[in-house]
Amino acid sequence: MKLIESFKPKFWAYQNKTIGPLRREFNLRRLWKLSFLLTALVALVPLIIVTLVDYKVTEKSIESEIILRTSRLVSNTKRAAAFFFAERKAAMNFIIQDYSVEDLKKQSRLKSVLEHLKEGFGGFADLGVIDSLGIQQTYVGQYNLKGRDYSRQEWFKTVQDRGIHISDVFLGYRNVPHLVISVKKDIPSGSFFVLRATLDIDTFINNVIAALEVGSEGDAFIINHNGILQTPSRSHGRILEKISLPVPKYFSRTKVLELNDIHAKPIVVGYAYIADTPFILMIVKQKENIMKPWNKARSQLTWFLAASITIILLVTIGVSTYLVNKIYMADQRRIIAIHEMEHSNRMASIGRLAAGVAHEINNPLAIINEKAGLMMDLYKSKKHLNNEEKITGLIDSILSSVERCATITSRLLGFARHMDVTVQSVDLHKVINDVLGFMGKEAEFRSLSISVNIADDIPKFDTDRGKLQQILLNLVDNAFAALSDGGSLDIIARRKSEGFVDIIVKDTGHGMSKSDIKRIFEPFFSTKTKTGGTGLGLSITYGLVKELDGKIKVRSKKGKGATFTVTLPLKNPKELIKQRGA
Amino acid sequence: MRVLLVDDEHELASTLAERLSIRNIEADWATGGEDALRLAEEKTFDIAVLDVKIPRISGFELKKRLHKKCPDLKFIFMTGHGSAAAFKAGAAEAGPENYLTKPVNIDTLIKKMNDVLTS
Repeated sequence: MKLIESFKPKFWAYQNKTIGPLRREFNLRRLWKLSFLLTALVALVPLIIVTLVDYKVTEKSIESEIILRTSRLVSNTKRAAAFFFAERKAAMNFIIQDYSVEDLKKQSRLKSVLEHLKEGFGGFADLGVIDSLGIQQTYVGQYNLKGRDYSRQEWFKTVQDRGIHISDVFLGYRNVPHLVISVKKDIPSGSFFVLRATLDIDTFINNVIAALEVGSEGDAFIINHNGILQTPSRSHGRILEKISLPVPKYFSRTKVLELNDIHAKPIVVGYAYIADTPFILMIVKQKENIMKPWNKARSQLTWFLAASITIILLVTIGVSTYLVNKIYMADQRRIIAIHEMEHSNRMASIGRLAAGVAHEINNPLAIINEKAGLMMDLYKSKKHLNNEEKITGLIDSILSSVERCATITSRLLGFARHMDVTVQSVDLHKVINDVLGFMGKEAEFRSLSISVNIADDIPKFDTDRGKLQQILLNLVDNAFAALSDGGSLDIIARRKSEGFVDIIVKDTGHGMSKSDIKRIFEPFFSTKTKTGGTGLGLSITYGLVKELDGKIKVRSKKGKGATFTVTLPLKNPKELIKQRGA
Repeated sequence: MRVLLVDDEHELASTLAERLSIRNIEADWATGGEDALRLAEEKTFDIAVLDVKIPRISGFELKKRLHKKCPDLKFIFMTGHGSAAAFKAGAAEAGPENYLTKPVNIDTLIKKMNDVLTS
């Protein structure tokens, strides 16, 4: 809290006074808030909008880039897969066209054909010739399948109808996943025969799927139209099991979908039906992984936004505070100026009033003086009246009272006179005595002891006597307020260095705390608000000292009294010379 | 020494004149400029003590007129203090040494008159 307090700008505590000459023109807190909000809004709103748009655009472009890339990968792979099957189909077509059925039925012949196929294309495991009744006539391969009857099997019917058949992957008698390609050839006798070849699925996987770059988390596999996995999948089921994803709808071209997998994680699925086969190529990628570059861009964007917002807010706060502080200070100066003006006006009025009163009193006083003087003269000149000591004593007392009154009026007049005059040669001794003359009675009543110590080497110097008088009056008044009855006040004047004089007003009053010292010359700062202090006395004193080209310092400790030191130049300050010239 | 006292306060002027005569100083008094001028025509005076503020005519104006009539007449001014400006102007006009503030001590006044006459 203390930290916040210390950061709080001065104007924050600025109380709103809505009436009177010291009225505040501005609600500074509201001004600050308004300035801060407007500036921040103007700077932040476009930034946030642009960033959001950029965020969306970048996200979209990265997403579409990913979809495009997946789609391209699927297309290429589909082409490779289709080519794989087309190549082998073509080879088998070539064989049944090129060789006669008799040739192929020869074991040795078929064996050499199988060798050639293995060498030339790879993936062929065995080869058989089946007659139109579905009986395998010749077979070359690992197993003894000669004479096996296929007539009831579905594929045999299909190949009879369409001339070619590519089977799903199955385990078969060998318990190894494989698929079968069968081609039919009609023979002139009206009958037909079928060449049937088994392909290892491994070759297909190695040639087509393994070559794919699907990344560490990606998954590429083939399913049949029923959703049975034809090649192993990394994370969507084992070979010949049902896939954990729905079977995508038929579409003649490559398609990319966004789905959720069984763990409800978003995935990107690219697929393509491979023409003339029962296969669907699928490439599945975890969206999370493929969006990694986006994540990086996103975090950069977020950091950029956060940093920008922070900077904008800091700058806005700084600028608003600076500007409002300027207004605050200007307003403070305005109020002080108004107050000073009022004060000096008031002092001038008091001066005029005092002069008038003194003048009016002086005349009757002079009459009393003369009358009493005459009475005295008469008593003295007439010998027989001379022993009336009581009466002469009374007259003496009248005369001395008149003298006292005359001193008061003359002092009043003198004081008032100095209100008007600007620069004149000043005897510090006299000024201090004049000031104390006014405060003397109060000091007496409260039994305050006042000591004045003015060094002899202080010459008369040119300054504004009225202002100097007021500075001293304020300081002495201030000290009196701080002193409890019976306290003491020292006024010391001494030359400080060449051309300067120090006037020190030192009291043994209640003193003040460090934090109070910092603010003591601030306008409206007062520790005497309860007893009617305006908080302007010392700020005006400060202003007056400045006007005389001087400096004022204060040293104090709570409970240990306070020492005010006013340093004034003995040489004519330029400003004062100007005034005098004017 | 013959003294002409001019003050708008009748009581003051008359009492002061009486006190001076007790001290064997011949003094006449007037409360206005016209009376003073008339007195000056009737008698000759060595010194005039003038209040700065008298009705219809200022002490300094009166001084000028008296001076025309009696070029040897010396002057002392008394003031009850007006404004600061008036005091300043008065001091300048009369010369600070011839300028007394009311109420005036009779001994001070006599001493001042002697000083002025001997100077």
